[in-house]
Order: sequence, then structure tokens, then C-alpha cells
Amino acid sequence: MDEQRPVKIKVRGLSKVFGKQPKKALALRDQGLNRSDILEKTGQTLGLSNISFDVYEGELLVIMGLSGSGKSTLIRCLNRLIDTTEGEIIIDGENIPTLGEKALLACRRRHFSMVFQNFALFPHRTVQENAEFGLEIRGIAKTERKQIAHTALKQVGLEGWEDAYPNQLSGGMQQRVGLARALANDASVLLMDEAFSALDPLIRKDMQQELLQLQTRMQKTTVFITHDLDEALNIGDRIVLLKDGEVVQIGTPEEILTQPADDYVRRFIESVDRSRVLTAASAMRPLRTTARDSDGPRTALHRMRDHALDSIYVTDRDRQLLGLLEAEAANTAIQEGAESISGYLTQDFRKVPPDEPLHHLFAMFSEKSFPIAVIDEQHRLQGVVVKGAVLDELAKAGEQ
Amino acid sequence: MEIPHLPLGSWIETGLNWLTSEYSVVTRGISRFTQTGINSLNDGLMWLPEWALLALIALLCWKLAGPRLAIGGAAGLALIWNMGLWNPMIETLTLVVIATLVAIIIALPVGIAAALSERLYRVIMPVLDFMQTMPAFVYLIPAIPFFGIGSVSAIFATVIFSMPPAIRFTTLGIRQVPIELIEAADSYGATRSQKLFKVQLPLSLPTVMAGINQTIMLALSMVVIAAMIGADGLGSEVWRAIQRLRPGDGFEAGIAVVILAMLLDRLTQSFRRTSK
Repeated sequence: MDEQRPVKIKVRGLSKVFGKQPKKALALRDQGLNRSDILEKTGQTLGLSNISFDVYEGELLVIMGLSGSGKSTLIRCLNRLIDTTEGEIIIDGENIPTLGEKALLACRRRHFSMVFQNFALFPHRTVQENAEFGLEIRGIAKTERKQIAHTALKQVGLEGWEDAYPNQLSGGMQQRVGLARALANDASVLLMDEAFSALDPLIRKDMQQELLQLQTRMQKTTVFITHDLDEALNIGDRIVLLKDGEVVQIGTPEEILTQPADDYVRRFIESVDRSRVLTAASAMRPLRTTARDSDGPRTALHRMRDHALDSIYVTDRDRQLLGLLEAEAANTAIQEGAESISGYLTQDFRKVPPDEPLHHLFAMFSEKSFPIAVIDEQHRLQGVVVKGAVLDELAKAGEQ
Repeated sequence: MEIPHLPLGSWIETGLNWLTSEYSVVTRGISRFTQTGINSLNDGLMWLPEWALLALIALLCWKLAGPRLAIGGAAGLALIWNMGLWNPMIETLTLVVIATLVAIIIALPVGIAAALSERLYRVIMPVLDFMQTMPAFVYLIPAIPFFGIGSVSAIFATVIFSMPPAIRFTTLGIRQVPIELIEAADSYGATRSQKLFKVQLPLSLPTVMAGINQTIMLALSMVVIAAMIGADGLGSEVWRAIQRLRPGDGFEAGIAVVILAMLLDRLTQSFRRTSK
């Protein structure tokens, strides 16, 4: 489904060399030398090497890596706070590295709002004036920008603080101002550079939740940089994992966890609390058999016997889940001479969507021993999760 | 073997002579203009009765720095008045004010330019070192052929001597604006001038004010020395006391300089605090 989504930013073959002889460094890279060899030979630092990825419209893409992985360089290349050495960054048909000075300013104004790790608020401006900054730069009239900034401040819960100065606020509140400044600007892409890393853990979790809520409400294309895998897994629609200036893996949080591309990723994810991010879909098994609502009780019972089941899920022609038929109920239907099983179904079982976290499923098993049905948005039966599979999945994850 | 003497001095003299004769129109124009400025400011300040100016300055101190400076300033000025040094004090003040204004008008743009251009920075910094370490008296010598004996030459020498801190502090103030804030301004698409006027200058203001404070102090010390080339004011009182060997008169004039210096220093420092 990802492939069909419109691409907002297309990054292709992006490299960045810090130093005065970038060509030399890139030539050595093409000969297969690694970062530290190139530094030793030429004194040039290969910050980013041959990075390619897409940012889809409306998604929250996390770029993750440890310090020195090049993630901060990468986000600064997107809006060209740092000039690139080679490669393309295409946003709405414009190739950012080749823009002239005027066009670059216009591009930054139209497309990018940025939130910084250490907030980067202007200490000589009030909260309100900080939030207005992007609009002021674009030359929006005073009354209008006041209105917009006020709305943005309200969105981040800072109503009533308009006249305070940044140094009068706590870290969390300061970053809310940073967020409001970015939101007020209403650019098409939100860049967040370790935006929550300087906050203490509790506030950080809150801010992550709020960002997610904003994101669902506004569907703003967001590129979020972090060194924290937990954070990446928590908020990212997709994750780009960087190491030593190269992309190691791109995928959804679940793909990264369940199919790590290499040992580096595997070691990286070791520390994560897996049960929280694994979902029902990963432990789901396809159904060996189902019954149709038009089936007679004998057919249904026969299927159960064939597959050694004591209950069977019943769907209609479109695989819409109707209910569960237990063996006893099928027996009763036969005794009562019923033509179809549709009157004997029970709804006394659990249904979950595919993205339900795995640890939620544990609690459900303790009540009933029926397999949990996994249904999609159209209420179609996708598969079932049995208790053993959940344990198995968690154990597998634990071994890695 | 005799090593030939490098005729550095005669080169400089030739250069200065050429400048004086070629640009005498310019220098005479500047001289007349400056002299008019000095005279009118002097006349204006002296037109006010002593007590009125004293009260005015005390009020200014009160507004900017509070009652302590107001009382101290009033007492100091009263002492100067009492010593009969009021008019020389006004003349010195005028020289300081005009020299400082000229210095600031030149220093701010130069300081900003040096902060924004690495190349210019590398050219200007050694020039500033030269200006500051060259013994102050030396500037008095070429000032005389340019502008003749008197207050205009004093201002010329004073401007050159007192300008470096204003340039340095302006450059420093702009350069020490945190990089994140520059990035923030850039990331929202600010032009160079938007960045300068909305971010860099406001944030460097306290540092710039510190530089201006230094400039005023240096200007005051220089206009006193400039009495040697005929500048009026407290300096010429000191100069006269030296020539007549009258330590009492010398100290009286010296104390008046100290009072004026402290008053100007505290006042500009309070500017700095309020601008923060």
C-alpha cells in the first residue's frame, strides 16, 4: 500500500563530504573505502554517503541513528542549512541542491518548518512573537499573523502564555513554543531535529503522544530525527535507520523489529521492549478452515472434526466475520433439525485489529480460550491468534 | 658593512603630505563642518544655566539608573562647578560626545560587516590592533596638517583611538549569537537583512553597548591628551598646570575628569542593562 502513496520528498544518491576536496573523498568511496579510511587518507569526512529514500505525503518518517550516524546532517541537507555534495532532493518538482539563493528562500518558506533539539527560541521575543516568526519572515500582515500564531499556541496548550519570554518557561513548554512556531508557519513539511531529546522522560512521552495526535489530526508530512529507538518505534510510520552515514534499513517499526536487515540493526533493537511494539498481525496465523453462514450444521461439524477444532469462525460470502460456532451449538442445531447454522452463532469472543499491540492480547487470553479473531477495517476476517503463537513470537524476539 | 636604513618614516611623511595637499578641500570641509558642530553643541550646553544642566543630568541619571547615581552625579557636577571648571568640563563633554558619535557611526557598519564576512574580519582585526596599540600621541601629529591646531584635530585623533572597541564588540556580539538561532532564522527562509535586524542585532545589543561604553571611556582619555594640540577643555587645564608646575590646579582638573568619566560610564552601563 505504501507504493501507491504520493511522494512528498524524494531523496536520491545524497552524499555530503565535510572538507575541501569532496571529489577526492567520493572517488575513494566509489573504490570501496570506508569512512575512517577516507578520513585518514584525505582528511575529508564522509558525512553522508549515497542516501536514497522517499518521504510520503502525510506520513511521520523517523530518521534514526546514533551520534555520528549523520542524521542531523541529513535533516539539514533537506532544507539546505548544509549544502550537499552530490545527489538530488526533490520536493514538488524542485531539486533543492541546485536552487538559487532566492528560490531557496522561497522553497524554505513554502515547504519547511523546523523544530530544534535545544528549542532555538529567540530570547528577545515573547512567546507570541516567537510563534509569529515564520509568518513575519514571509511578510504576513500583523493582525493576520497574530491570529494564526494564537491558534497555533492554543493547539500546543500555551494559551495565556503569549506575553512570557522563553526563559520564563520550562523545557517542555519551550519546546511547545518551538512546535507552535513551526505549526503557525504552515509549511508543507515539518522537520524535527531531536525535538524531544532534551526533555525529561515523562514530558517526552507526553510530547510524543501530542505529536501523534496532531499528526492524525493534521496529516502533516513530518521528518523526525532521533537517536532513541523507543521513540522511533513509538511515533514513526516508517523508520530510516542510519549508520556511519549510510542507510541500513528502511521499514515500518514492525519490519525493523521482526526482519532486521543485519546484525547492527539486530543489536540495536535488542534493548527494546518487544511485546509493546509487536502487533497482532505478527503473531497471526491464517485460518485453516472457516464455515459459511449458509452451511448446514453437519457440514460445519464435519469441518471441525477434520481439523480437530472445537469451534469454527463463520463468515459470509465477502469474508465478513459473523460469529463463532461452537461444537455443542452445532450439535444442538442438528438435533433441532436446523437448515443453516446462522441462528446458533455466539459473539462471545475477542476481535482485534491487525495493529493491536501483542501485550494487549495476553489479557484477553486469560478470560477465554478461543483463538482471537483478527479483523480488518472492513470487518473481514484476516486470521487468528492463538496463545501459543503470541508466546512463540515474543520468545523468538527475545532470542535475537 | 652598513645596512641601509629603511626609509619608512620618510615614506609615511611623503604619503601624509600628498594626502594633505591633494585632499585639502576635503579636510578643510570636514574641519569647518566639525567645528560648527562643536561650537553649536558647546554654545547650547553653556547657554543653559549651570544649575539647569545639572538638574537635567541628575534627572536623566534617575530615570536610567536610579536615585544613587542621580545624587552622586549631582554632587560631582556641583563640585566641578564649585572648582570653577564648569566650562572646560562642557568643552570636554562636547568633544567626547561628538567623537563617540562619529566613532559609533563608523564602527557599527564596519563591525557588522566584519562579523558577516570572514575575509573582511581577517583584514580588519590587524588594522584594529594597529589602531589600538599605536601610542595615542602619534595620531596627534598627522591630525595637525590635516585639520590644523585645535578641537577638530582632537576629534580626529580621538575617533581613531576610541573606535576599535566599538568595532570589536559589535563583531563579537554578532558572532556569538548561537548557531541554532541562526539556523532557526535560516530554516524559516529569512533573508540576510531579516536575519540581521530581527535576530543578530537585537541579540548582540548588550555586547555592542559594552563596546560603546569602552569607546566613550577611551574617547574621554584621548580628548584630555589632545590638549597638547590645542583642544579646549579639562585637558588644557591639566596641561596648563603642568607647564606652570601647579599640582593643585592639575589635581582639581584631574578630579573633574574622573567625575565625568564615572558619570558617563555608569550612565552607559545602565543603558546596557535596560537594553537586555
